[in-house]
Amino acid sequence: MSSIIQVKDLNKDFGEIKAVSNLSFSVPAGQVYGFLGQNGAGKSTTIRMLLTLIKPSSGTIQIFGMELQKHRKEILRKVGAIIERPDLYKYLTALENLRIFGIMSGIKISEKKLMDQLAMVGLAERAHSKVKTYSQGMKQRLGIATALVHDPELIILDEPTNGLDPQGIADIRNLILHLKKDLGKTLVVSSHLLSEVELIADSMIIIDKGKKLVEGKVNELFDPSETVVEVKTINDEIAREKLKASQLGEFILSKRNDAVLLKLHREQVPVVMKEMVQMDIGILSFHSKHSLEDYFLSLTTANQYVETVAN
Amino acid sequence: MWKLLQIELFKIFKRPRTYIAFGAIAAVVFLIQVALKFDGKSYIDLLMSNLKDSFDFNDDFKLDLLNGYLICFVILNTLLIQMPLLVALISGDSIAGEANMGTLRLSLTKPISRTQYMLVKFLASVIYTVALLIWMAVLALFGSMLIFGTNDMVVLRSEGIEQIQSFDVMWRYIAAFGYAAVALTTVSALSFLLSVFAENSIGPIIATMSIVIVFTILSEMNIPIYDQTVKPYLFTSHMVAWKGFFYVKADAEGTTINGSIENLPAIMRSLSILLIYIGLFFGSAVWVFRKKDILT
Repeated sequence: MSSIIQVKDLNKDFGEIKAVSNLSFSVPAGQVYGFLGQNGAGKSTTIRMLLTLIKPSSGTIQIFGMELQKHRKEILRKVGAIIERPDLYKYLTALENLRIFGIMSGIKISEKKLMDQLAMVGLAERAHSKVKTYSQGMKQRLGIATALVHDPELIILDEPTNGLDPQGIADIRNLILHLKKDLGKTLVVSSHLLSEVELIADSMIIIDKGKKLVEGKVNELFDPSETVVEVKTINDEIAREKLKASQLGEFILSKRNDAVLLKLHREQVPVVMKEMVQMDIGILSFHSKHSLEDYFLSLTTANQYVETVAN
Repeated sequence: MWKLLQIELFKIFKRPRTYIAFGAIAAVVFLIQVALKFDGKSYIDLLMSNLKDSFDFNDDFKLDLLNGYLICFVILNTLLIQMPLLVALISGDSIAGEANMGTLRLSLTKPISRTQYMLVKFLASVIYTVALLIWMAVLALFGSMLIFGTNDMVVLRSEGIEQIQSFDVMWRYIAAFGYAAVALTTVSALSFLLSVFAENSIGPIIATMSIVIVFTILSEMNIPIYDQTVKPYLFTSHMVAWKGFFYVKADAEGTTINGSIENLPAIMRSLSILLIYIGLFFGSAVWVFRKKDILT
């Protein structure tokens, strides 16, 4: 499958701060690509570099097989985006906002097409209301309509479900899936709601402190036969020492203040549980987790653990 | 380009704050016109207090002086000092306002070059400035002509008074308003430059006014060391050169020569300096903006 975005050795420094460090990834065409990371991990900085809002310190970005800096206009004509919040002109109506960003995208859009876009995000009835009267969810949907108004091939959505209620989140999820399945669009979606990314993404990257932790297809990275077990004990330090001294030490995933995390195959869970009881570790709870969020936490906290130990 | 300019103008004139400046001008012009309509003679007496020992003006002559042309001159003298603030309200908001609203980042993800974006924004600010001046001209010049009528125009100078015949006045006003447009565009360009560095419009507006006030004070100060070293290079020194269009040459008998301008080269030199400032401010704004990371 061809790549729509190819990023190689991307770096961005803000003075002494290294926001993005040697980041490389590629986004396959026709897929939803999840962009995951904690707050401050470098997601927004990377997305802004993809949209030419921030100039990279070094590295290359190719979109649609073209160098971004050299073919900026040509590329952006085929890209739609929301960056963080969907801030629009509050003193203008939804239709006026949509028309403005449509014209800025360089295409002539009929009034009917604009209304169709608003209908697609459920805002046709409020087309003539000023944006300042909109709820957060409505602004978010209007933001998506402005990103789609010029029928882009690539859609970049930075935290598209921010501030939405559960119904709003479900609506956005369905819209993203509709754009991929029915219209064949490629989407890059960053979100802190990992459970949402799990439901929509085909591939993903997890970054932390500007560096790539892992990249690949969700179903390959996220092995259903594996699980993360969170063990809470009376004294985690003693528990961890006892585990390290035993054959179970290899399963310790990371250090967390309030629990010990173990990465196990499903069939190992009852065996390990039994052994831990026999070791008299003082178990308070034993919780097996299996979601992208757990996987994400295991990677990012493990990274922190490694750094703490190194320091 | 034209489409983008239309969008900018649409955004400017859809905002209620845009009309504050138009309202302020209307209010000041109206107050001056009302005051002079009912107590114009006292104003003329005050104006000519320095000349009463040399000349004996009767009341009818004084009332003849109080015509639309003179009133407009008085209004221009008063308002052109305050206009920079009104201009900065929009220019200072051009980029900083978009950054503050969060719309800057969305706009710059569109297939428009940053230079083009800046050019359109600046042109829109210039059009707003010109619109303000046209509004002022309509109220101050044509309004005053309607209320006070027309007659020969008298210009008071430190050396005495100059009388410009009524048919010789209108083209001077057109030139003066044109010059004022360039002068205010200089302020607009300064405010526009400062707007690039800020993330809300208050900063650039206050900074512009502070610079204009400090420069104006320096321009007006009578300190010999500044006369040659500082004053010629301050844009504020050249902003008042519009008055030069109302200073006329006189023949050997002291009669003013119709269609003449006392010192046209000085006006043209001031105009050139203002244009250089505009180029410098706008060029710097584009240079900075092209390199800027958009983090808002």
